[in-house]
Amino acid sequence: MLLSINDLSVRFATAAGTADAVASLSFAIEEGETLAIVGESGSGKSVSALAIMGLVPNPPGRVTSGQIVFRRRNGSTEDLLRASSARLRDIRGNEIAMVFQEPLAALSPVFTIGEQIAESLRLHQRKSHADAMRMAVRMLGSLGISEPEMRARSYPHQISGGMAQRVMIAMAMACRPRLLIADEPTTALDVTIQAEILSLIRQMKEETGMAVLFITHNLGVVAQIADRVAVMYAGRLVEEGPTKQIFSSPRMPYTSGLLASVPRLVTDDSPLVLSAIPGEPPSPLAHPRGCAFHPRCRYAVKGLCDTTPPPLRDLGNGQAARCLRIDEIVGGAT
Amino acid sequence: MTGFLFARLLRAIVTLWAVLTLVFVLIHATGNPIAVLAPEQMDAAQRAALAAALGLNKPLLVQYGVFMGGVLHGNLGVSYYSNTPAMPLLLSRVPVTLELVGLAIGTAVAIGMPFGVFAALHPDSLADRALRGLSVLGASVPTFFVGIVLIFVFSVLTNVLPASGGGNIVHFIMPAITLAFFRIAFFTRLVRSSLLDSLSQQYVRTARAKGLSEAMVVLKHALRPAALPLVTVFGLQFGQLFAGTVITETIFALPGMNRMALEALFRLDYPIILSYVLVAAGMFVFINLVTDVLYGVIDPRVGHAR
Ligand SMILES: Nc1ncnc2c1ncn2[C@@H]1O[C@H](COP(=O)(O)OP(=O)(O)OP(=O)(O)O)[C@@H](O)[C@H]1O
Ligand SMILES: [Mg+2]
Repeated sequence: MLLSINDLSVRFATAAGTADAVASLSFAIEEGETLAIVGESGSGKSVSALAIMGLVPNPPGRVTSGQIVFRRRNGSTEDLLRASSARLRDIRGNEIAMVFQEPLAALSPVFTIGEQIAESLRLHQRKSHADAMRMAVRMLGSLGISEPEMRARSYPHQISGGMAQRVMIAMAMACRPRLLIADEPTTALDVTIQAEILSLIRQMKEETGMAVLFITHNLGVVAQIADRVAVMYAGRLVEEGPTKQIFSSPRMPYTSGLLASVPRLVTDDSPLVLSAIPGEPPSPLAHPRGCAFHPRCRYAVKGLCDTTPPPLRDLGNGQAARCLRIDEIVGGAT
Repeated sequence: MTGFLFARLLRAIVTLWAVLTLVFVLIHATGNPIAVLAPEQMDAAQRAALAAALGLNKPLLVQYGVFMGGVLHGNLGVSYYSNTPAMPLLLSRVPVTLELVGLAIGTAVAIGMPFGVFAALHPDSLADRALRGLSVLGASVPTFFVGIVLIFVFSVLTNVLPASGGGNIVHFIMPAITLAFFRIAFFTRLVRSSLLDSLSQQYVRTARAKGLSEAMVVLKHALRPAALPLVTVFGLQFGQLFAGTVITETIFALPGMNRMALEALFRLDYPIILSYVLVAAGMFVFINLVTDVLYGVIDPRVGHAR
């Protein structure tokens, strides 16, 4: 076990009230594994990632419960929610690194690309400026960037979004982290660049044996990259399991809906259905009683789904789902 | 960057040239420059001699050339009042004003910056709200009032600081504080909002994600982009103050450039006024140039834009 999250809850104090962004979330990542977190906008994916990094903006956010236990390079374990800030800084950017969704906004406009990559090396590996810069250039080269020396001296405003995301990956990979968190790393990029970035992450993973926590809306991407999938809805984990199993036999109606909303260009000549799930995700200010998904669920039963919060049920084979009618709707829903 | 500097330098020169031409046109727009340039008590012969000396009997274009030549040599005529060359006379007063402005801006930055940074790092804390209250006060009290209160407290009541005169640094303390008073409040608010904005940027989160200490995050990654709007405002304030210390120089009887210009205005001492316009314009242009260069140094995006 590399990382294990237990009963994590994160709340935001907003003008309109308290938002339960993440509610009692638990999951684990094994060494070298790629876990994808999927879910609609606002389901709490980014907040969960930020909680691992210790970067939940406070105020307005606050981690209200849980443990995030991380196994370090030296074999010791650390609860990231209780570690001293010095120890946390030692882990951040070094053993756990993160790639963000909008690479151009995530890079500082006033430092060169080389300097920004070199910064982690100087910080965590105590490299000299010259050594760190040389390593940065080498990283850029190994990520398939042409003329890496010249690129290292450019500023973010001089490069494209795809290039910027490579730079972000170089920055995150600089210290060979044991866990890479990628929060929708390809959403802001066009399709061909997306594929390149994905294969780059796979390549890095093969080279270093790191684990990846991959956050995305895109189930197509999940099928390509993930060993396991965790589905989030309204701040909760609603289903998880091995990728193949989740794709072939989803057991939670929300997961089925997500899968059904993937546009199947080749096999379907019907018009693209972008949302097979009716309605909107609930406001984090007021999650529905019972199962949070029940107002949108075609299998919801009055007097059951709207009153009783479903537990996460272990189904064997590493799959677990949160649905009260799991035994009645066997075979998933289409 | 070199191209950028060259373009800005060219712009500065063109601006100065435009100001000079405007001054030339203004002198001649009255019809008879001698009427403007000669003191009332001059008789006709003296006027004719002055006209010849200034080349005013020559064609306009030649006069323009002569005028520009005079400007380049710092020759803008003789002060009617003191009978000495106007430009050197005015320039002798510039250091006092520069020192006053420098001290005032320096004080305002030295106090306003740390206050602003503190307020941005602890938004809505008690200290932040107190600072905000003080800055409203600082912004609403008029300069002359601050000066008078200072004189009353430190000269009249306690007699620790001299109320007037120049030459010694002690003479600059109260005038500099008077001018800095409003600007401390102003800079505090400015630094606060600018830094708050930069702290909420995604690249600051990236810096934290790298494992940098909070001090490094603020000092290295947040403060520098936040300095951009500050440089503009500091420059503007400097230029504004350079030509805007009349009241303070008068209250504290400092022998500065602005007081001389005011006196010249009362006496219609045109050569001094002309010199003043030129010096003030030159200073504005110079400050703009420095601001532009600093901009390019702080933000690489600026230097690269064509
Ligand atoms: N800075 C914030 N202030 C207030 N509320 C926030 C903030 N950040 C997140 N939240 C709340 O947390 C909830 C989950 O947000 P999160 O960013 O984790 O969603 P997400 O699953 O990453 O969505 P997306 O796919 O759009 O990135 C949001 O609905 C929002 O209410
Ligand atoms: Mg997100």
